[in-house]
Amino acid sequence: MRLRRKRRIIRCLRRSKDLVSVRNNTAAIKPNDVLLVSTVRNEKIRLPYFLRYYRDLGIDHFLFIDNDSDDGTLEFLGSHPDVSVWYSNKSYKRATYGVDWTNYLLRTYAHGHWTLTIDPDEFLVYPFCDSRPVQALTDWLDNIGVRSFSSMLVDVYPKGRIDETPYREGQNPLEIANWFDSGNYTISKNHAYGNLWIQGGPRCRMFFSDNPKKAPALNKIPLVRWDRRYAYVSSTHALLPRGLNQVYDETGGEKASGVLLHTKLIDTFSAKAEEELARNQHYAASSEYKAYAQKLREQPVFWSKWSEKYINWRQLEILGLMSKGNWA
Amino acid sequence: MSAVGVVMLVHTALERAEQVARHWTASGCPVVIHVDRNVPKIINDAFVRSCASDPLITFSQRHRCEWGGWGIVAASQSASEQLLENYPDVRHVYLASGSCLPLRPVRELIDYLDARPHTDFIESAATADVPWTVGGLDHERFTLRFPFSWKRQRKLFDAYVRLQRRLRVRRRIPEGLVPHMGSQWWCLTRQTLSAILQDPRRKTYDRYFRRVWIPDESYYQTLARLYSANIESRSLTLSKFDYQGKPHVFYDDHLQLLRRSDCFVARKIWPRADRLYQAFMTDEAHAMKRAEPNPGKIDRVFGKAVERRTRGRPGLCMQSRFPRKGHENGLTAQPYSVFQGFSDLFEDFERWLNKTTGARVHGHLFGPDRVAFAGGDTMINGVLTDSAGLRDYDPAAFLTNLIWNTRGERQCFQFGPADNQKINDMLARDSNARISIITGAWAVPLFRSNRSFGDLRKEAAHLQRIESKQIDFLRTEKTKARLQIWSMAEFVESPMEPIQALIDEIGPASARHLSEAPTMVDLTGFGQFLQNLKNQGMHPYLMGDFPVEKQPPAQSKPARKPYLVR
Repeated sequence: MRLRRKRRIIRCLRRSKDLVSVRNNTAAIKPNDVLLVSTVRNEKIRLPYFLRYYRDLGIDHFLFIDNDSDDGTLEFLGSHPDVSVWYSNKSYKRATYGVDWTNYLLRTYAHGHWTLTIDPDEFLVYPFCDSRPVQALTDWLDNIGVRSFSSMLVDVYPKGRIDETPYREGQNPLEIANWFDSGNYTISKNHAYGNLWIQGGPRCRMFFSDNPKKAPALNKIPLVRWDRRYAYVSSTHALLPRGLNQVYDETGGEKASGVLLHTKLIDTFSAKAEEELARNQHYAASSEYKAYAQKLREQPVFWSKWSEKYINWRQLEILGLMSKGNWA
Repeated sequence: MSAVGVVMLVHTALERAEQVARHWTASGCPVVIHVDRNVPKIINDAFVRSCASDPLITFSQRHRCEWGGWGIVAASQSASEQLLENYPDVRHVYLASGSCLPLRPVRELIDYLDARPHTDFIESAATADVPWTVGGLDHERFTLRFPFSWKRQRKLFDAYVRLQRRLRVRRRIPEGLVPHMGSQWWCLTRQTLSAILQDPRRKTYDRYFRRVWIPDESYYQTLARLYSANIESRSLTLSKFDYQGKPHVFYDDHLQLLRRSDCFVARKIWPRADRLYQAFMTDEAHAMKRAEPNPGKIDRVFGKAVERRTRGRPGLCMQSRFPRKGHENGLTAQPYSVFQGFSDLFEDFERWLNKTTGARVHGHLFGPDRVAFAGGDTMINGVLTDSAGLRDYDPAAFLTNLIWNTRGERQCFQFGPADNQKINDMLARDSNARISIITGAWAVPLFRSNRSFGDLRKEAAHLQRIESKQIDFLRTEKTKARLQIWSMAEFVESPMEPIQALIDEIGPASARHLSEAPTMVDLTGFGQFLQNLKNQGMHPYLMGDFPVEKQPPAQSKPARKPYLVR
């Protein structure tokens, strides 16, 4: 495992030459700042709300990697004092689906900082997020000696067809997609890395009911007090050293955890799926996107009468998707 | 000058500490601040400078403080000595920290203490009588030595404890001392405190406590017992601890809760909880109208957090709760019933059971083709679907999810040897499972079907093999499920008694007796059917003895007539 970790770090250093610094405001990062790292591609339409959401949570500095966008993403990101941007037109796939780039930025700028590594369609919800900023959470985690915080993906979807309501720039995507599956997730333990492997949700039941093993992983560990010796292994599903993946209790108790509301299933999805399929830059020969593109042409409706409408974190905690753990 | 002085131990969030210190002095309470030696000199100097404008704030000799170590006691000793010496009017000394926040106007505290001039407020309990301690070190913290840091040298710490246990090393507790423990935040009278600090044997005591584990929770608590005439064993500081002994932190959203506290001071406050500081750090004129004290409510909130962290919610599997086998603390969220053979033996059993008990009665949830939810639904709570593929990907998770999603509503489902048998392991281990099996009843649909006898024979042999294996499995000692098994012959002979018992178990609403019994299928010729199987060399034994005569013995008349039990 140590070798694997070293290999990941060497890889990220080698792939660092892919990255061109476009705007580097990292000198403004103060010692206790909470950072956010994200890789984006043609997400300009989502970014204004994304920035607003995470600034409100208390993120102090954003680090973006723009993977060859042509919709003005780069220009948009370059205009904020709390945002630093890198650009790459190299292969996303060869950078281990972006992980090498993220690891490089984390290693270089996030050492000693609590850092959220997240996609632009993911919105973090943690216990008390409506009354306590993210620093309250990270201070508390520091206090109890915890270095990583789990937040599983929960796909949200609209009530009708996903192309029915167009998404406007700056809009809260949860206004369009605010329904989710509350209790159809399966969990198994990945013994190699010690992380949990969670599957299920609407994408699983709509696209993978014949082959659930192939369904996308929903477990994520996005918030970590980073150290330059750490490395993400695959997306933010698992990290090394393995101790960081121990975000769950095995003796019956509950550790604190959050949820990433995943607003992928809105009207930008179909176009995205087709585009990603054409690029073929995703995991397992983009099999996930193949399944999406095919089914999406049939205009599926994810909603059912058993779907839950998203209200707040307390609802997610009561439903058992996340937990306050020992935080009160 | 007030008769109350404050000793304040500070190590972070110095601006807040200054704010609180000035709040104390504004009411005339002198404050002696001890800044942890670990705070860099530059920061400390700046802090001292910024407090310089307040003559009532002074600083004491600095010690290095580490959690669980002697430093904190040493710090409070120096600061207390300084306070008692410099302010002869002080009668009560209040020990606080930089993250403490006065919940009531300081004036109220002063008045309260004025009314009790000889009372020492210090939580102090004999070690044998309280279950507070974390990590199994209760009495041992007084009889072993702890030279290593728990935080930085954990391995050495643990190893040294183990070594001492093995060698049976015991320290002698200095004569006259009876170990007591309690909250480290106290409020002592000058009399008691100076007696402790000027004790001729203080050197002996200090040497002893220097190697006691977490001495700040036992030094004053033990020694106060020697000198105080009037101990009130409670802390005036509200402080809640989690299961690891770390203090809970208060945030802005605790405002209403804190207003209900009956304590004078609370800790720890998150330094950035602006609303709390704003609300409580005002003079009397602006102080909020206080709510009726209700400390029980605070206890409940934090007690629940500890419970959640240590025991969790039974029957929940999620990203941060994934118990190992055997540590589930309840495999499922609530009781449910599994019926095997009933829907074969009775006409329309599911509808009948639903009508009688009000429970949600599913068909064969683990059937081979699809999940037969109640009412033929394709989906159910939590958006579980009827896809057999998704269910069989993890049958145990499917059942756990189903029971979790339908909390508050009793679930029943049919099971049989044709269904996915992988679920048996979980059913057997789950004490919430109520399993009722009529063995051999699977033969009834075969008997009533129109298939060729060769097929039937093969199918019967297959099902019998599965059911027999299942029964053997369920009958092992490890089974925690409530299990009832009848052979079919046995059940048919007197069906009503067990059925009544099952109904009673399910529904609290069914205090009533059965008004309508389920209709048993016509078993005329069943005995002959079994005999035919036997004649073909396939011996069906699970159903018990059915005579070859036309009718089973219990059913004197054609079986259509419902049984009525009144």
